[in-house]
Amino acid sequence: MKETVLKSFAATRRRREIWDKAMVTVLFLCAASVLFILFVILWHLIARGLSSLNPAFFTQLPKAVGEKGGGMANAIIGTFVLLILAVCVGVPLGLGAGVYLGEYAHHRFAQTVLFVTDVMNGIPSIVFGIFAYTICVLPMKAFSALSGGLALGFMMIPMITRTSEQFVKMVPNQLREAGLALGLPKWRVVTGIIVPSAIGGIMTGIMVALARVAGETAPLLFTAFGNLHYSQSLTQPISAIPLQIFNYAVSPYEDWHRQAWAGALVLIVMVFLINIWAQYFVYSRKRWSAGK
Amino acid sequence: MSRHDTSDLIFRRVLAVFPISVLILVAGIFFELVYSSLPSLQKFGIGFLYHSVWNPVVENFGALPFIYGTCVTSFVALLLAVPIGVGAAIYLAEYAPVKVAKMVSMLVDLLAAIPSVIYGLWGIFVLVPFMRTVIQPFLGKYLGFLPLFQGPNYGIGMLAASVMLAIIIVPFIISVAREVIMAVPFVYKESAYALGATRWEALSNIVLSYGKVGILGAVILALGRAIGEVMAVTMIIGNDPKIALSLFSPGYTLASVLANEFAEADFPMYLSALIEIALVLLLVSFIVNILARLLIWSVTKGQAAEGAK
Repeated sequence: MKETVLKSFAATRRRREIWDKAMVTVLFLCAASVLFILFVILWHLIARGLSSLNPAFFTQLPKAVGEKGGGMANAIIGTFVLLILAVCVGVPLGLGAGVYLGEYAHHRFAQTVLFVTDVMNGIPSIVFGIFAYTICVLPMKAFSALSGGLALGFMMIPMITRTSEQFVKMVPNQLREAGLALGLPKWRVVTGIIVPSAIGGIMTGIMVALARVAGETAPLLFTAFGNLHYSQSLTQPISAIPLQIFNYAVSPYEDWHRQAWAGALVLIVMVFLINIWAQYFVYSRKRWSAGK
Repeated sequence: MSRHDTSDLIFRRVLAVFPISVLILVAGIFFELVYSSLPSLQKFGIGFLYHSVWNPVVENFGALPFIYGTCVTSFVALLLAVPIGVGAAIYLAEYAPVKVAKMVSMLVDLLAAIPSVIYGLWGIFVLVPFMRTVIQPFLGKYLGFLPLFQGPNYGIGMLAASVMLAIIIVPFIISVAREVIMAVPFVYKESAYALGATRWEALSNIVLSYGKVGILGAVILALGRAIGEVMAVTMIIGNDPKIALSLFSPGYTLASVLANEFAEADFPMYLSALIEIALVLLLVSFIVNILARLLIWSVTKGQAAEGAK
């Protein structure tokens, strides 16, 4: 009797262990397949991108439709112009809101605004483009760099608000009290002590938001619109790297496909660099607090 | 002292303008879209959502084909991405050595940072040919008796778009699910082991049932992503406003019709109908995000109650 119980127990145990091993293998395969896809994508980007890159890509304008050669100089400059405009819109609004919420706001008001920014973070990017279209392109009756920068800037707000609120709150209270004890008005404490102390984290938030909008295409489709030449003023259509990748990728021309891959490689390197740069701010802040 | 009070008050007031303008901005987006889509709202009413004819030439607009395309592609994408994403998250949180897990998470974040237009480019030139020459013939051969896998095989279409969406949302699911799983208190797992459970039993019975609400939140957020995704889908779904049962056939989504037709909408009713589609997208994103936040909030609230005991 005892032996059969033990035997059946051992059998169950073995079955359970085999099942356990099998499931671990399945889970491992899940993780491995995600990594595999990542490497496949990066491989194609690097292989096709590198073979398509040349100096002309950075220095020349696009050639006429279907003609070989040319580059994306207009789009590279356009992306920088759009990002600068986006920073001008998104950073003051996001930073101001974040500092107010972290430093002054009543709990309930802060929670409400943060909830709204979370919801705003989930709004599809193309909706920002349409909003910018209705408030900027329609009244001005022209696609423009301005409207594109506006759309991207709006998209940056939620992330900047959230990170600045968090990092302002993390500043130790002693610093605030020390400032106030010296007789500084509160606003001097905020601008002279709190924001500088939190600046590492805030910068990281800004950079991550920037990296995110740098690759956005959808909000630019009917705001910045694209331009095959250099844009002469902010009220004219302007090109951007993601926009040009899209236009080239769906075109029927072999040479434009090649340039789309080159553009994709440049764009992804740019996005990754901004992300890595963002991490640097957090680390430099950590060093600073550790050295304290 | 009073000098400080005045300067402080001014600073505070000025700073308060920023959060309020963020609130106004979100409300402004909503009301602007409602206002701009009024002509279409008035003309088509609720029927806009269930009429299946989209014909700009005769000013007849029904959004059903796009709603159908969005639902099908998002659903199939979740079907593919959730098991793989949650599985990978479990592996990273529970089994992988810490160093490996850290490195893999970094790579997964990298995957999440790839702009969607690059996914689209990769989709056109790598995924679509692969679907056409390998996956779809295979599915047609062995599962062809299902209406889902019948019809001409172009490569582009709803299945390709779904696979693309799955790849786009998987890193997102992994990172949120991993956090949820790592938040499960150690004691619970240890008690399961003490009772003689294998790791998988501890996982499936304890960790997953503890974390399931949080994981559901992650899935809903990922759904929001999938619904709002524009470029990658537009580039490979085929952009054909018809309702077909087969996943091989081309389709259209709410987001991709905006990307394709908005710039060429040349008369007011057309523009208004498209803006109404944007309004639908906006409302869906509101619902999805609020729901996901509430779920996550209910989990964190539960944890707080647990700690207070």
